[in-house]
Amino acid sequence: MPQNEYMELHARRHGKRFDHDEVQRKKAARAPKKEAKMAKKLLGIRAKLFAEKRRKEKIQMKKAIKAHQEKLAKKKAPEEVPEGAVPSYLLDREGQNRAKVLSNMIKQKRKEKAGKWTVPLPKVRAQSDAEVFKEVKSGKRRNKSWKRMVTKVTFVGDTFTRKAPKYERFIRPMGLRFKKAHVTHPELKTTFYLPIIGVKKNPSSVMYTSLGVITKGTIIEVNISELGLVTQTGKVVWGKYAQVTNNPENDGCINSLLLV
Amino acid sequence: MTETTARISNTITGTTKMFKRSRDENKVSKQSDKFRKMDKESDNESGGETEQRTRALTQFCSEAGETAGPPIELPLNLPKQKLQLILNSLLKQDDNIPYSFFVEEKEVTKDLNEVLPEDYSEEKIVSILYQAQAVFKVQAVTRCTSSLPGHAEAVLCASFSPDGRFLASGSGDTTVRFWDISTETPHWTAKGHKHWVLVTAWSPDGNFLASGCKSGLVIVWDPNTGKQVGRTFNSHTKWITALCWEPLHLSEDGRCCRLASASKDGTIRIWNTTSGSAGKALSGHMQSVTALRWSGEGFIYSASQDRTIKVWRPSDGVLCRTLQGHGHWVNTLALNTDYAIRTGASDPKKLMKTIPEYIKNPSDRKTAAEERYRAALQQAGGVEKMVSGSDDFTLYLWTPTSNKRPVAHMTGHQQLVNDVKFSPDTRLIASASFDKSIRLWNALDGKFIAVLRGHVSGVYQLAWSADSRLLVSGSKDSTLKVWSVEKRNLLLDLPGHADEVYTVDWSPDGQRVVSGGKDKILKLWRK
Repeated sequence: MPQNEYMELHARRHGKRFDHDEVQRKKAARAPKKEAKMAKKLLGIRAKLFAEKRRKEKIQMKKAIKAHQEKLAKKKAPEEVPEGAVPSYLLDREGQNRAKVLSNMIKQKRKEKAGKWTVPLPKVRAQSDAEVFKEVKSGKRRNKSWKRMVTKVTFVGDTFTRKAPKYERFIRPMGLRFKKAHVTHPELKTTFYLPIIGVKKNPSSVMYTSLGVITKGTIIEVNISELGLVTQTGKVVWGKYAQVTNNPENDGCINSLLLV
Repeated sequence: MTETTARISNTITGTTKMFKRSRDENKVSKQSDKFRKMDKESDNESGGETEQRTRALTQFCSEAGETAGPPIELPLNLPKQKLQLILNSLLKQDDNIPYSFFVEEKEVTKDLNEVLPEDYSEEKIVSILYQAQAVFKVQAVTRCTSSLPGHAEAVLCASFSPDGRFLASGSGDTTVRFWDISTETPHWTAKGHKHWVLVTAWSPDGNFLASGCKSGLVIVWDPNTGKQVGRTFNSHTKWITALCWEPLHLSEDGRCCRLASASKDGTIRIWNTTSGSAGKALSGHMQSVTALRWSGEGFIYSASQDRTIKVWRPSDGVLCRTLQGHGHWVNTLALNTDYAIRTGASDPKKLMKTIPEYIKNPSDRKTAAEERYRAALQQAGGVEKMVSGSDDFTLYLWTPTSNKRPVAHMTGHQQLVNDVKFSPDTRLIASASFDKSIRLWNALDGKFIAVLRGHVSGVYQLAWSADSRLLVSGSKDSTLKVWSVEKRNLLLDLPGHADEVYTVDWSPDGQRVVSGGKDKILKLWRK
């Protein structure tokens, strides 16, 4: 151990060795190995003293590491209680502002005047005659083609009977006739399998509506007596409109959204 | 039953009129001179009308069908008080018990004239149904005696303890506060919840208050010290929507220890407060459970947003029945013996005395609660009934212990039904809706009685007075209204709150009404 500052004095006067930093670095790198060797080699009282010293060092090291880790770990902010406390019966309901109610009323009136209604699918691709109908040849020589077969899903009512085959212009095959539709209630998010009452409007053509052709975007009327809804005067509602949301001829089933 | 008709004797009141023995004028002289003058008056009155309209052959019969006394001939313009006196004397009762009278389901409000059946004739016996009303009378609250500020956020739930001694309120500032009723000042502030305190429930013996919050914790407090009892129950994953204690007459030794909690996560858990153990979890609902009731028959009824009501057995957690019928969320449930279960061993009659009587011994409390429950059930006709109100604007009346199908479908509201309550005498149902009206229904068959209009915004909560004659309602329009059930109209308007009133409660001793709301202030109203 130096008793005076002669080593520092010499370094100030003549500078350090060129490889000084490298040597220091390597010495520090070898220090853990040396400590470990000492820990194994020492015996007796020296070993105990060394072990005590090492223990204290290790504790300090662990504390430093934990402190660093805490800094890195993202902490959850202490939960602040939000404002606007409402009782349990109002929790799942969106409280409407009074102003909003009035503006909604005005918007409803304007819509009624304009005749525009919000439906889930406002625009659908129009189906041409060539898509919906397939020509069927008839006659002895099979050269008359005034008959057409519907290639899309149709709805015919309960009281439907075919016209005499000789005079039947539009053929609606039984395999493509459906009586029930899967109707999803948009708020309850549940789907019911309900009987169809009728086809209200097919967006492509009036003729399709009268034939009962159901394609994507068609408005159908379904029987919802199963849901048990009641009107303002207390009468039970048994029919509501729904809009078809899939291509039933591709899927084999009619999926629709209830228009509430 | 004898066929002889009896004439009313003079001993009842001096103003009772004697009738003509026959229609002939000549026979008037046969009657005693004392009543000749009164008779001439009655002659003049009925001179213009047909003579059949002066009297009727009546028979009093009770709800159970028993007849009280022989058929009596009564004048049709006999006022209702006299009918009461006659009935009391027929039943040989010393104290004058008030009754309400019904002829073919129409109530007698003034005299018999207005409720005459269509096929009336003097020979036919008109049967008058009588129902005993509560002997004690609760006076309507008229003034706000104090506004208790203290909560830092909206007051979400406030209720009196079953014996009317304590008042507790839970609020959006996560605290539950206990208030001293006699001095109307704050008593204790109980901190422990981390989120809004949504529901509070008093145990039927009044020794504990359970509260549930929006983070799913259930904590039980002691109202005498304001400190927590036992550990916090932390098993629910979403907020607590309803809390219900086991009725006092079903508990083991008169000490309330079992508590059921329902949550938005669709499960119901039964806790044991003394041992602190987490009991059974009753899961089966697919959406949030909105209302919970522990019935006196030992079942738990739970209503949910999945449109069903499920009946459970709490001993082993088995689902007994599912009641289906509603078309939208079921918001609220009520049992006809609710008031008896809530007040437990405390009889409102005893609480209303100048020195109220409280029962201290737990086993005495249990027997008293059992008696009160049996009496209430008998008054209801021996059958436990339940009514459920829903977002589909209708209510259903069920007998859940016996049948899966509803007894009656009560339609008429034009907006969702938020609160339903049976009257304490189990005869009437009141339903509050967001369509600003309250409807009264008959509890026996679900028939509509009357609609009470007056609020200008949705009605949130209802509370009956202990004698079933008054109803108080709190609404979104920041007013409370007291309604008279006999007259079926508005009795008193109680404005004063600055914002929506979220909760109302009438104390079981009938003295006070507490209301709390969005303006963070708790108001106490008295006579």
